[in-house]
Amino acid sequence: MSRIKEAFQDKKAFIPFITCGFPDLETTGKIVRAAQENGADLIELGIPFSDPTAEGPVIQGANVKALEGGVTTDKIFEFVRELRKDVTVPMVFMTYANVVFSYGSERFISTCARVGIDGIILPDLPFEEKDEFDPICKKYEVDLVSLIAPTSENRIAMIAKEASGFIYIVSSLGVTGVRSEITTDIGAMVKLVKENTDVPCAVGFGISKPEQARKMAGLSDGAIVGSAIIRIIEQYGREAAPYVGEYVKSMKEAVMDN
Amino acid sequence: MAESRGRFGIHGGQYIPETLMNAVIELEEAYNHYKDDPEFNAQLTELFNEYAGRPSRLYYAEKLTKDLGGARIYLKREDLNHTGAHKINNVLGQALLAKKMGKTRLIAETGAGQHGVATATAAALMGMECVVFMGEEDTKRQALNVYKMRLLGAEVIPVTSGTATLKDAVSEAMREWTNRISDTHYCLGSVMGPHPFPTIVRDFQAVISKEIKEQMLRKEGRLPDVVMACVGGGSNAIGTFYHFIEDKEVRLIGCEAAGRGVDTWETAATIATGKLGIFHGMKSYFCQDEYGQIAPVYSISAGLDYPGIGPEHAWLHDTGRAEYVPVTDEEAVQAFEYLSRTEGIIPAIESAHAVAHAMKIAPQMDKDKIIVITVSGRGDKDCAAIARYRGEDISE
Repeated sequence: MSRIKEAFQDKKAFIPFITCGFPDLETTGKIVRAAQENGADLIELGIPFSDPTAEGPVIQGANVKALEGGVTTDKIFEFVRELRKDVTVPMVFMTYANVVFSYGSERFISTCARVGIDGIILPDLPFEEKDEFDPICKKYEVDLVSLIAPTSENRIAMIAKEASGFIYIVSSLGVTGVRSEITTDIGAMVKLVKENTDVPCAVGFGISKPEQARKMAGLSDGAIVGSAIIRIIEQYGREAAPYVGEYVKSMKEAVMDN
Repeated sequence: MAESRGRFGIHGGQYIPETLMNAVIELEEAYNHYKDDPEFNAQLTELFNEYAGRPSRLYYAEKLTKDLGGARIYLKREDLNHTGAHKINNVLGQALLAKKMGKTRLIAETGAGQHGVATATAAALMGMECVVFMGEEDTKRQALNVYKMRLLGAEVIPVTSGTATLKDAVSEAMREWTNRISDTHYCLGSVMGPHPFPTIVRDFQAVISKEIKEQMLRKEGRLPDVVMACVGGGSNAIGTFYHFIEDKEVRLIGCEAAGRGVDTWETAATIATGKLGIFHGMKSYFCQDEYGQIAPVYSISAGLDYPGIGPEHAWLHDTGRAEYVPVTDEEAVQAFEYLSRTEGIIPAIESAHAVAHAMKIAPQMDKDKIIVITVSGRGDKDCAAIARYRGEDISE
């Protein structure tokens, strides 16, 4: 069984997103460990990109600061290799197509497999373009995560049938960021997914409060949180790990309360 | 398994968030329906001719020709179009299409402001809401165009992310489109982005080469030897090239903005300095570092200050059908001044990049050869900036 599937085994998953190198890789390492200790089931590690077109202002800012701090794809691979000495939770990269492509797709994906990355999420790679990377991902057993959006409608079955790892359900229109309310009919989207695959699905975009996480995980198999965590890191900088840990704990408890 | 659409060789495609996929599919279906619809085409031709002032003139630049002492030079006067640039061709087409699709709101990115002004103009004409994203840096460089857009009823949103120039305006317009799709059409201004934009924009701009061909056959009884235009994303260039692509004896030359030089970091010459990548919805060439981070490009021209090039140009480059040459700020400014003095035509600083290259090659060519340069826009918007470049501080 893929490590990603294990993350959803007999439980609702809580999935935090952390931008690598914000504010520096040493802090990112502490945050990852704090997230694991406090119940994160799967961790999304963001490789920063200069022009992240699917991100709202909070994650955009983290990308800019991480790049200014000198983080690179090579440094992040080395960082993950170190993390894997004691971090056992499944981890996936979240980045943009050009980061993978420019590194050399096969070189990037084979390195993922070697350092212990279980999957890749690319928000600018829709179903029609997945052949760019999917055959290589299959070769190295790295899951290429599919995304489904509120506008997907007639496309959901097609996407779900070929999904691997987990399916990322984008909760709302627009970019990443905290929202006071999610109005999409997530239940209907999940129903369509479940009719077409047994790959688990988790909801992200706009979730920040335990109550939202509880509700979204109740409707699906898990909840993903990014911007709210980046805000905590923004606030506490190098001291952020325990605060993120505390937050992950509260969110995990909410997700389990289903 | 669905197939990747909109390829030019290996370039193009649809590298966009899933949220936008049904929107671009809907756009493609609508375009495929209307492009062959006689009523749509009659309406568009009416707008082109009666509103935008087409066909634009193909002017024999006699003084320029004599002064350079080589090939005969014609200027395709897109600067004489309503709103002062070729941008209106594409915008009238897309706005009409959007209206037929039932959209009530246009959003657009703009660099120099010409595409923003054109979009605001079409929105005013067709009674649509309009929001234009413009890099904050560019709102300063092109303050007059910001005023014009507001005068035309558009909302101008200064973009502060990244380098606060054209690429960031594109990113922000894409973000806004994912936020509001049902009533909104993203009126992309160049032959770039995800399919079907490179094809739609090319088709609407192809009127330029269609007219050049007709006018040239009428005036000279033959095809030109060279057609050339400036290239940022590449919409006026593809419009200039398109109907000559199959005429292999016609040389196609695109002039990129080299900024302070292709051996410096301050350049926007994508073919000269970029490499293959995936960005803004397309696979093409991009200025980027070894890790694929998009480069903070530079050009004196806000309209060419973009780190990529349209996928069809990338393909024309791969196949060798078109040539792409870098032109520096200094060369473009000299051409801006030179064309003004010799012909009494003040070109946009973007178009001046093409004029600059013609100044290099025309003297080397025989007198019976013919060059057509597309003057994509007029230079009024650039006068204050060029004066500043020359050390003269004038206020607009």
